[in-house]
Amino acid sequence: MTNIPFAFSRLEPILLWSLIGTMALTTILSGSQGLGLSRLSLPFLVGTLFTGNRRRATTFGSLFYMAGGFTFGFIYFLVMAHIGRANWWIGALLGTLHGLFLLTAVLPVLPHLHPRMATEYDGPSGQRRLEPPGFLGLNYGYRTPLTTLIGHAVYGAILGAGFATHVGG
Amino acid sequence: MEAEALHQPAMAVPGAAPYPPIGDYAMIGDCRAAALISSRGSIDWLCLPHFSGPSVFAALLDQRRGGCFAVRPVDAYTSTRRYLGDTPVLQTTFRTPTGVLQLTDAMPILVDERYADKLQPQREVLRALEVLQGEVDIEIHYAPRPDYARRRVALKGRGACGWACSDRDGLYLLNTDIPLYLDPGGIDLRGRVRLSRGAKRYLSLNFVKADIGVVMPLGEHADGRLCATQQWWQAWAHRCNYSGPYRDAVVRSMVTLKLLTYELSGAVVAAATTSLPESLGGVRNWDYRYCWLRDASLTLGAIMDLGYHTEGDAFLGWLLHTTRLSRPRLQVLYDVYGETEITESSLDHLEGYCGSRPVRIGNGAHEQLQLDAYGSVILAAYDYVKHGGELDVDEARFLRGLGEAVCELWRLPDHGIWEIRGGPQHNTYSKLMCWVALDRLLRLHAGGKIRIPAERFAAEREAIVQAIETRGYNEELGAYSAFFDAAVPDASLLLMSRYNYKPTHDPRLRATFACIERALGHGDLLYRYPIGADRLPGQEGAFVISSFWAVDYLIRAGQAELAQQRFERLLARANDVGLYSEEIEPESGAALGNFPQAFSHVGLIIAALSLADVERVARDAA
Repeated sequence: MTNIPFAFSRLEPILLWSLIGTMALTTILSGSQGLGLSRLSLPFLVGTLFTGNRRRATTFGSLFYMAGGFTFGFIYFLVMAHIGRANWWIGALLGTLHGLFLLTAVLPVLPHLHPRMATEYDGPSGQRRLEPPGFLGLNYGYRTPLTTLIGHAVYGAILGAGFATHVGG
Repeated sequence: MEAEALHQPAMAVPGAAPYPPIGDYAMIGDCRAAALISSRGSIDWLCLPHFSGPSVFAALLDQRRGGCFAVRPVDAYTSTRRYLGDTPVLQTTFRTPTGVLQLTDAMPILVDERYADKLQPQREVLRALEVLQGEVDIEIHYAPRPDYARRRVALKGRGACGWACSDRDGLYLLNTDIPLYLDPGGIDLRGRVRLSRGAKRYLSLNFVKADIGVVMPLGEHADGRLCATQQWWQAWAHRCNYSGPYRDAVVRSMVTLKLLTYELSGAVVAAATTSLPESLGGVRNWDYRYCWLRDASLTLGAIMDLGYHTEGDAFLGWLLHTTRLSRPRLQVLYDVYGETEITESSLDHLEGYCGSRPVRIGNGAHEQLQLDAYGSVILAAYDYVKHGGELDVDEARFLRGLGEAVCELWRLPDHGIWEIRGGPQHNTYSKLMCWVALDRLLRLHAGGKIRIPAERFAAEREAIVQAIETRGYNEELGAYSAFFDAAVPDASLLLMSRYNYKPTHDPRLRATFACIERALGHGDLLYRYPIGADRLPGQEGAFVISSFWAVDYLIRAGQAELAQQRFERLLARANDVGLYSEEIEPESGAALGNFPQAFSHVGLIIAALSLADVERVARDAA
């Protein structure tokens, strides 16, 4: 807990590197979508928590996703401050763990939590129509786990490298 | 329009699988993509995500490999079908010895407020089955073959969310309340179900590209989507201001044009298909899923004359903006987004309709010089202004640039309206359209709508007249000829009167009509040019729009009664749901060429509008 005041004293670099990391993550995931490697769109999934309007969902989702990027940046900083080291590979490791958690723990339970997502047990309804992600998000394309892990590893690596001078390499 | 469909025998060519006649198909669509459905309940053609995208069902071009989505009774049956009111919602009724099955097909358009906050897939094909009488055993065959059947993709069960298959970033999700099972190969789904009177079932095919899929619910939700789609189309058709004779046929033609309009850009594609042959088993197989500038003026005129100004604005907007990439030179055709690179290639793994190879995608005509495109675009803009539209500064500058290009280019030989491959020639129709281009620009200039170097344009216009009259008119033929210094009749020259190149009663125009009738006529039908003029083997059918041009000419020539009789005979040549292909085989009446063809329906609308004018004048006089 003693690291929290320390983190707040380093808000500026945390925000800056979180912004850069989130931009890189978004670029990788959107690029994967554009190149046909995966149909996963995390901003769209987040946005449809709040609205069924596709355009608004994408806009809201992108804003929430950016806010999520800052929040996780803060958490990454706390973890690195706790272990007393920050560098790109520790960041990449954290990012990979983060990605794995998303794939194995978050996506599988999403159909039960997301108000607009259908489940393979109940099928679609008037409200719940989004395709469920399936194991490791494989329903969104068999390269989805790979692109998700790479995106998060890059996110973590950027944060780790950026935080090095503030935490110590 | 409601029409009874007789079950026609399959077309069989030695060595090829039997195919339904081209006229056996009806089209459904959502103004982004279109599907062709046979009277046997099989979707044999569907390209996604838009008209010129790769096919997922292409049994139309290869019954064995192409892929289809069939719903039909197991027992012997007869089928009839109709469109519901003025909509493209298709209803096929199958009568079997044990009962009556009704199949309703649509691609939903859900734009009203009820659906504003409901997630929708990019495209949906919705099929609703209901048994009206007795008991019917029904079979389903779902065989998606994405990317023109170049890929064999595995189908995977998604529990209560149906069945999925993916092709790169495209996802096809089939949701149904009918139990289906996978064929051993893993790429086909089949099912059989016995339904009794009153029972309803649904099949919903959902497509998304590069996005998370959406699975549409069935039951009352599906009924709601069908109902909303019908309401949307009825409201749209209600905007048609046509009150003349043959209204059903005119509205059906306008609905067909709307179906072939790509809503997101306003572009109108020439047809929904590729490579349906102009001669069975022959090589005249072209990809028409693009937008030809040549069709622009007549299409825009038809749209505006029927009161669809929003669609007219969108089409002209597409026309003027899409040509920015190549201006002031015009390319012959563009895709729905204005893309100019439309490379032609052949799909050698598909046998083609009734063995008609090659199956082509893309269109090599985009590299041709077709001077008539300039006249068509300028005439479209002129008609737009005539209907009250305003040109902005950039559009006016663009039109002037086109005029400059015409002055520079009109003396060159080109490939002409019929896109005959081989060396370019001096096509009289192309010179005529260059004259139209300069003439309409001069009229717009006189009306203060644009500023052009009027003296120069007028001098060039006169020079074109001199060229047409001295080299385009052939004394031996006794008519205007297809090419300069030649004696070849050409049906496109019937438009000389429509474009006010000369008064209809001018002796040379009358002689040209008589010559075309004599050389190219076959009853109510006209060939577009003499057999063999296109330097390709085999014989193509009579050209539908040319046949309607003859009606238009006769009306202008004061022979309204004859024109009306001819028009009615042509109406009888539509298929059972009012659709026309590009060509018709005169003896058998069989549809040939790509289907349905926008230009053929434009011809019908133009002729009907001319007939309505005559009727109105006669009524006013009385």
